[in-house]
This record gives sequence, C-alpha cells and structure tokens, in this order.
Amino acid sequence: MSVPGVWVYAEHGPDGTVDRSTLGLLTKARAVGREVAAVSLGAGAAASVPALADHGAATVFVDDDPVYAEWPGEPAAYVLAQLAADHRPDLLLFGSSYDARDVAGRLQAMLGTPLVANAEHVLDVDHVRLVVALLQTPGRPGNLRGGIGGAKLVDVELTGRAPRIVLMRPQALEAERHGGHADVVRVDVAIPDARKRTRRRARHEEQGEGPKLEDARVVVAGGRGLGAAENFRLLDELAGAIGNAAVGATRPVVDAGWTPFAMQIGQTGKTVSPDVYIAVGISGAAQHIVGAKDSARIVAINKDRQAPIFQYADLGVVGDALTIVPALVEELGRR
Amino acid sequence: MADGSPHRAGGVDVVVLAKFVPNPSGAPPEIGPDFRLTRSEANAGLDPSDEPGLELAVSLVEARGGAVTVVSVGAEGAVGALWRALAYGVDAAVLVEDDALAGADVLATATVLAATIRRRPFDLIIAGVESTDGGTGTLPIALAELLDLPAATFARRVEIEDGTVTIERQTSSGYDVVDCALPALVSVTAAAAVPRYPSLRETIQAKKKPVERLSLADLGLTAEDVRATQRVTAVEIAPEKEPGELVEDETYALQRIVQLLEEAKVL
Ligand SMILES: Cc1cc2nc3c(=O)[nH]c(=O)nc-3n(C[C@H](O)[C@H](O)[C@H](O)COP(=O)(O)OP(=O)(O)OC[C@H]3O[C@@H](n4cnc5c(N)ncnc54)[C@H](O)[C@@H]3O)c2cc1C
Ligand SMILES: Nc1ncnc2c1ncn2[C@@H]1O[C@H](COP(=O)(O)O)[C@@H](O)[C@H]1O
Repeated sequence: MSVPGVWVYAEHGPDGTVDRSTLGLLTKARAVGREVAAVSLGAGAAASVPALADHGAATVFVDDDPVYAEWPGEPAAYVLAQLAADHRPDLLLFGSSYDARDVAGRLQAMLGTPLVANAEHVLDVDHVRLVVALLQTPGRPGNLRGGIGGAKLVDVELTGRAPRIVLMRPQALEAERHGGHADVVRVDVAIPDARKRTRRRARHEEQGEGPKLEDARVVVAGGRGLGAAENFRLLDELAGAIGNAAVGATRPVVDAGWTPFAMQIGQTGKTVSPDVYIAVGISGAAQHIVGAKDSARIVAINKDRQAPIFQYADLGVVGDALTIVPALVEELGRR
Repeated sequence: MADGSPHRAGGVDVVVLAKFVPNPSGAPPEIGPDFRLTRSEANAGLDPSDEPGLELAVSLVEARGGAVTVVSVGAEGAVGALWRALAYGVDAAVLVEDDALAGADVLATATVLAATIRRRPFDLIIAGVESTDGGTGTLPIALAELLDLPAATFARRVEIEDGTVTIERQTSSGYDVVDCALPALVSVTAAAAVPRYPSLRETIQAKKKPVERLSLADLGLTAEDVRATQRVTAVEIAPEKEPGELVEDETYALQRIVQLLEEAKVL
C-alpha cells in the first residue's frame, strides 16, 4: 500500500492524548488538498488513532513500541526515513517542540531533502509562508495585530526533492475537527541497536500550582524588571486577587532560575491567549510577544515609557512595578 | 575520543560552534533585493545563543585538560565572532567562508561544518539550541547525523564522566535526564553556563591569535554540495498597530486596570 501526500508527525501522551499542536498540523495538512496521513510512534500510539482520524488523517502509521520513549529522537527518525522511502510522501509536517525538532533535523540529514522551520502556512507542496523575526531588540517598535511582533512574512519556494520537511510555528496551529475514519498501518521496521545511542534515564516534573497557563483567563507575566526572584511573589498575589489567573515569565527570568521553564511564554516557550494579559517589567521583545499577541487585551506596566511593550498594550502604565502591583492587589482586595 | 586518537588522560577535545549574526543590540539587518539578509561587520557579531556553549567548552577544558576549537561557517566578517570566542580562552578557531555559501540553508551549513570537524579527532561538539537570526533549531541534530554521532539536545546542564555525557534536557513541564557515550554532540540552552566577560586585555590579544580560514575547495566540497533547496519569493511587512492608552498617574492607572478587568469580566 502506498500513501503519498502530506504526512503529520504525531505527538501524544502515553495514554494516547494527542497534543493540540498535532491536531492543528492535521488542519494545515488538509488545507493542502492531498491525501493526509499521520505517523504515531511510542506508547499510546494505537489509542491516538481516533483523535487523529477525527482531525483528518485518512491513514495512521502506528507503532506502540516503548523504544521511542526510552531512546528519544533517533529511532523515530530512522523509522520515518524507512516509511518515507517506502511510501514517498510529498510533505512531512512537524510541530516545533524539542522532540519534533530532534526527529525532523536528523531525518533531514538522513534523506538529504529540504527543511524549513517557523512556517505559518503551507500554501501547496512547493510553497510555504514563514515568519521571520528580524527585530529581536527591545527599544524598537514592532508590529502586532496586523502581523507578528517585529516580524515579516516571507514566502519560500521549496526546490529540492521530496519529501520536504516543514516545521510549523505552534502559534499558527488551530485544531479543527473533521470527522472520519482512518486506516491503521502497523509499522514494521526493525530498529538497529546502532540507532539506540541516546537514552532517557528519568523524567522530572516542575509544574507550579493554580490554573494552567494555557487555560487561565488572565495571565500575569513577569520579566527582568521585577529585579529579583522573590518579587515574583507579588505576581502570585496579584493572580490570587484576580482569581482564575496564572503567572508566566520571560526567558531571561527562566534562564536565571527565578521560575521554571514551564512558565516561559514566547517563541521558545508557551503560547497563551487569555482575556487579559498583564506584562510586568517586560520590555516587549518580538520573541516574547509572539507567545502573547493573541490575548484579547494587553496591559503593560513598565518604568520606561519608551519600552516596546507599550506598542502592543491596550493600556500602558508607566511606573515602578514594585509599587504598582502591591497597590493593585490592595485595590482589588478592597472590592 | 573519536578515531582512536592519542589522548591526554581525562582530557576532552571540544569543538564549539559559533554563528555570526546581525548584532542583536545594533541596527536591524535589511532585506536585500534578492530577499537575503544583508550582513556586515559593522552591525554583526557572535550570536549570544552561542556564548553559554563557549563558556561550557572553556570551563570543561579548564577543569580536565584538552583543547577547545571554535568553528564557524559564515560570510566575510564572521571573524569578528571568532575573535570574541578567542577572547574566552578558546585554543583554535576555524572559519569557513566562500561566495558559494551565500544563502546556504541548514543542511548545506551542516554539511560544511561536518566536513570541517571531521578533519580532526574530537570528543564533544557543543552547539547553541537555536540561532538568533535563523532559528530553525535543527542544525545541531542534522550535524550529528552527518557525523554519525549520538546527540543530547536542549541541555540546561551538562556533565561528563567516564566517556559518557549526561544532560538535563529541558521539557515543557520540567526536565529529563538523558545520556550517551562520547564522542557526541550536545546543544545547550542559556541555562547551561553563565558566560564570563572577557577582559579588555583578552579581547585585544584575541585579535592576534591565528584564525584558520578555509574555502569549500579546501574541504573537498563544491558549490553543488551546498546548493540551496529553497528560494524566497516574496516578503511582506505587517502594518503597525496603533499604540493604546498610556497612563502615568498611579491612582488613575489603578482605576483603569480595574476597569479593564471588569470589562473583560474576569473579576
Ligand atoms: C532564539 C530566541 C528565542 C527567544 N525566545 C524567547 C521566549 O520564548 N520568551 C521570551 O520571553 N524571550 C525569548 N527570547 C528573549 C527575548 O529576545 C528577550 O531578551 C526577552 O524577552 C527579554 O525579557 P525581559 O523583558 O524580561 O527583559 P528585559 O528586556 O531586560 O526587560 C526588562 C524590562 O523591565 C523594565 N523594568 C525594569 N525595572 C522595572 C521596574 N521596577 N518596574 C517596571 N518595569 C521595570 C525595563 O524598563 C525593561 O523594559 C528569545 C531570544 C532568542 C534569541
Ligand atoms: N553558520 C554556522 N556556523 C557555526 N555554527 C552554526 C551556524 N549556524 C548554526 N550554528 C550552530 O547551530 C545552532 C542552532 O542553529 P539553528 O539551527 O540555525 O537555529 C546555533 O546556535 C549554532 O551553535
């Protein structure tokens, strides 16, 4: 059986719960107008089939082997290379998670085919539209509602041979149910021991308390302007005073160890779209803004009236966060 | 150690990658008529994403012996990025530059890096996770495949012991502990090491250190080996958004924030 067309690399949990980004990839794949297939590897693969089918996969390649979790990256790339050689798809779509990048990057080198990252749309099998963030600097105005913060949209023609590999921006992905049934193809590829080289020994969770960032109606995000790790407590208090609010952070703050990575918002972190986004002591770099730009309302508190964040804010407050946030908590408490 | 090379006991020979990018704190790069980013020495330098890797490389070798070589594939002017790396205390620098590399994509760049690195034995390659300008985040893993190496990526902590590299790999909800045998490639996040600040003296002396310059021909490669497989056909700049309301008076600001929260019906 040969399944050409557009393939989606599926990411899912061990219970088969499919990542939202994968479901969004299927929507993008369907828009191309060719046969759509998904490749689902690792524990939970079989259980992931109904959701993949419901979002438009007509075929799902399945392998439940735990090998993919124990030896991350390389076995999955090896299997995809074999499947691609057998079935000759036109396009392989990936998300932008670290796992997806590891599989896609190794696969590209195995196949010698083109790869583009940060794609916003797949126009057809030869053309994709990308987002290029050219202005990474605070201190410069960017663009928001019309486009992506400080970024340009670039159309790229893929001229190399198939299968072309496309990594989609998580922000570009929207899951849409389609309804349908998928043919299941069991993957029957023996993975050589030489491809089992990098081993996962343990997993550690570092989740915070309260509502999840992605689900909260209000996100209070803090940046370097908070000055010290202990001042993040002010944001916890503000989130508590508002209710159904979660606390997020910028990358420098995560890198400095003030907050866990699970709280990072932006290009390399999470994407949020709450009813209200409150940016506290955040300069407004393009890589941060892309993770919050779809928020319905943006409030910014920054002591520098030139801060680029004010370009994006519906309401900008010029002042010291360390006095304004406690005053706001008090004000909300009085009500 | 790769290739069974003779080796100092316990020492590690590290290759660290360094990319030359438009200066993040300088004027933004322009898009030329061919849709490529124009780069010049004046507004470009070492990618800040590569600094933690350089720090890690230098401190590993300081602790256990060995040598650090920095490698960059770039345009003329990328030597500025290498001077910065040399100021960190890197032992040797290699720069590959060739007109045929203009517009090189990830796989082409990885091919050139692989050909460069393959010439000498090494234990560990260190890369950044994502370059500031290109930002595919896939070059390091593609390079590992071309060199037939295991890779441990997105590391926020790296340790080497008994020929094994163990990392803490960043995940969306915490971290994983991942390991593989040397020789290997690791890509590191900014959390992996805090870059030192080279002194003025080190910065001046770095410019006197030799940089080995190679062309594609020196590596046995041709323009065909690095031919781009993609072409930009259009660039569109999104319109700017009108700025919102700006408030400086604290009492009024508090009122306005509360009003906005009420309008959004989140209180
Ligand atoms: C490839 C790549 C990926 C990236 N991915 C991300 C990402 O996912 N997420 C992310 O956030 N960043 C990311 N970045 C980093 C990004 O470019 C910025 O460096 C970062 O967002 C800046 O964080 P910040 O606003 O906390 O810090 P800064 O830029 O240092 O801003 C601090 C702000 O606080 C203000 N301030 C200081 N004191 C006070 C006070 N007392 N009260 C009020 N305001 C005060 C200052 O005026 C300033 O505007 C990425 C960068 C690269 C190159
Ligand atoms: N031209 C280059 N020369 C040397 N190293 C590079 C080059 N391009 C990318 N790298 C390395 O690969 C990492 C990831 O790059 P990228 O895949 O472009 O996001 C960077 O942080 C660098 O360490």
